[in-house]
Amino acid sequence: MIYGRRRIFVPLMMLLGFCFLYGPIVSLIVYSFNSSRLVTVWAGFSTHWYSELFHNDAILTAALLSLRIAAISATGALVLGTLAGFVLARYRRFHGRGLFGSMVTAPLVMPEVITGLSLLLLFVSLESIIGWPQGRGVLTILIAHMTFTLAFVAVVVEARLSAFDMSLEEAALDLGARPLKVFFVITLPLISPALVAGWLLAFTLSLDDLVITSFVSGPASTTLPMVIFSSVRLGVSPQINALATILVATVTVVVVIASRLMLTNEKRPPA
Amino acid sequence: MREGRAGRRAVIAIPYLWLLLFFMVPFAIVLKISFAETALGIPPFTPLIGPDDDGKTSLLASLANYRLIGDDFLYLRAYLNSLKFAAGATVCCLLIGYPLAYGIARAPRAWRGLLLMLVILPFWTSYLIRVYAWIGLLKGNGIINNLLIWAGLIGDPLPLLNNAFAVYLGLTYSYLPYMILPLYAQLEKLDPTLLEAAADLGCPPSRAFWNVTLPLSLPGIAAGCLLVFIPMVGEFVIPDLLGGPDTLMIGKVLWDEFFTNRDWPVASALAVSMLVLVVIPMALLRKHLGGGEAR
Repeated sequence: MIYGRRRIFVPLMMLLGFCFLYGPIVSLIVYSFNSSRLVTVWAGFSTHWYSELFHNDAILTAALLSLRIAAISATGALVLGTLAGFVLARYRRFHGRGLFGSMVTAPLVMPEVITGLSLLLLFVSLESIIGWPQGRGVLTILIAHMTFTLAFVAVVVEARLSAFDMSLEEAALDLGARPLKVFFVITLPLISPALVAGWLLAFTLSLDDLVITSFVSGPASTTLPMVIFSSVRLGVSPQINALATILVATVTVVVVIASRLMLTNEKRPPA
Repeated sequence: MREGRAGRRAVIAIPYLWLLLFFMVPFAIVLKISFAETALGIPPFTPLIGPDDDGKTSLLASLANYRLIGDDFLYLRAYLNSLKFAAGATVCCLLIGYPLAYGIARAPRAWRGLLLMLVILPFWTSYLIRVYAWIGLLKGNGIINNLLIWAGLIGDPLPLLNNAFAVYLGLTYSYLPYMILPLYAQLEKLDPTLLEAAADLGCPPSRAFWNVTLPLSLPGIAAGCLLVFIPMVGEFVIPDLLGGPDTLMIGKVLWDEFFTNRDWPVASALAVSMLVLVVIPMALLRKHLGGGEAR
């Protein structure tokens, strides 16, 4: 009897859990096609809010800026994070490794208000001492985003590097290849799925960040989350629903494609 | 081997220096400014070393900001609220996340990847928008209240938004994937022959769960709880959008001190005291994530 109850309990909890995860997102999508301005009263199907969204200059400008920042900072975070993950996975002993490990993992959980405030104070202090960075804007946002997203890249890369042993790298070294060449010819191709995942992760985190960005941005650098936040604070708006639907659709397509690519990559024996 | 040595040093130095400059040094500056006083000007705080009342150069550190935080009931309540909400929502995440992670780990191998992706997918969509979705659901004339009234279960709308309930809900919802992933990783590693052995020895499945599965998944539980608890303590968006006047959390107080009152020293003192709160859980998490690899 107990057995039977458990057979029902776990699938039931899974069903409820997935409803909990997806219910709010589905409600957003459904009401983005509502013709009424009142988000919660259904008044018939309409794509009115989408055309309104595409004529909203504030949102479009901010979205373009956010995409640009996300692409650049994700690339920077990929380089720094790959180095950091490589160091954590391959260099077991060096002076200050404990501190290094803590600095890489701390940004994963550090409350964003602390990171944002501390980076802003750093930028202000640097400016008054050496005159750089001048004011706050896209550059300071880029530095801040690279700093907190590189941790995520490092964790993904470290996990991947730890999953395969060093024998391939060692073999290449024994055969006389230079360390730099080994890294680019052997190591990088082997961890390429982790690089794709890490870049995408850094990209979405950057695109999504509100708190840290608000601290380090300047008057001329309003990103998409900042526009969404100030509009949401004024109340619900069907345009945000339309934007949410576009975001969800894009993310779903990208994640499905990326995971397909990674699956085929993993199944293929290493060349 | 020369190239290897120099190369190795450079590979370590680049991320190391970056993190030192942009992650560690800023904390020192926050600490420094938390001892300063508010001033009109840019930047809006007094220097720590400068002429004192007699015109002599001396250290002007002041504990006034910390005294203010200690004395004012508002700050203390925000602290206790942060701990209360973070702890409560962590328990909710665990209660909802464990059966999900367990179910995924026990699902047929071919399904696991898909189910896991379904858990991660919401995490990839905008966090802000997921919180926003709850406003539409919970409002006085929101979807849930409308449904309940339509079904005739209630006459007047329930107060669901801008209270503690909404904050717990928002926190649990937003951080659930972070709980499920480490739990799944732990449960998936669990050797199924252990459960078979327990069953062969006459142990009913429910007891096998409490005596075998649960103890073996403790590391995953610890990692998941720490992973959600620490950022929740400093959460700003959820208490701001879903909370009300009685659900102040420390992250929101810091934000208001900085952006509304433009009081940088008090905001810094708040950041330092928040850091004290999360530094022990962070050290614990580091131990769990790093295994024994450090040192």
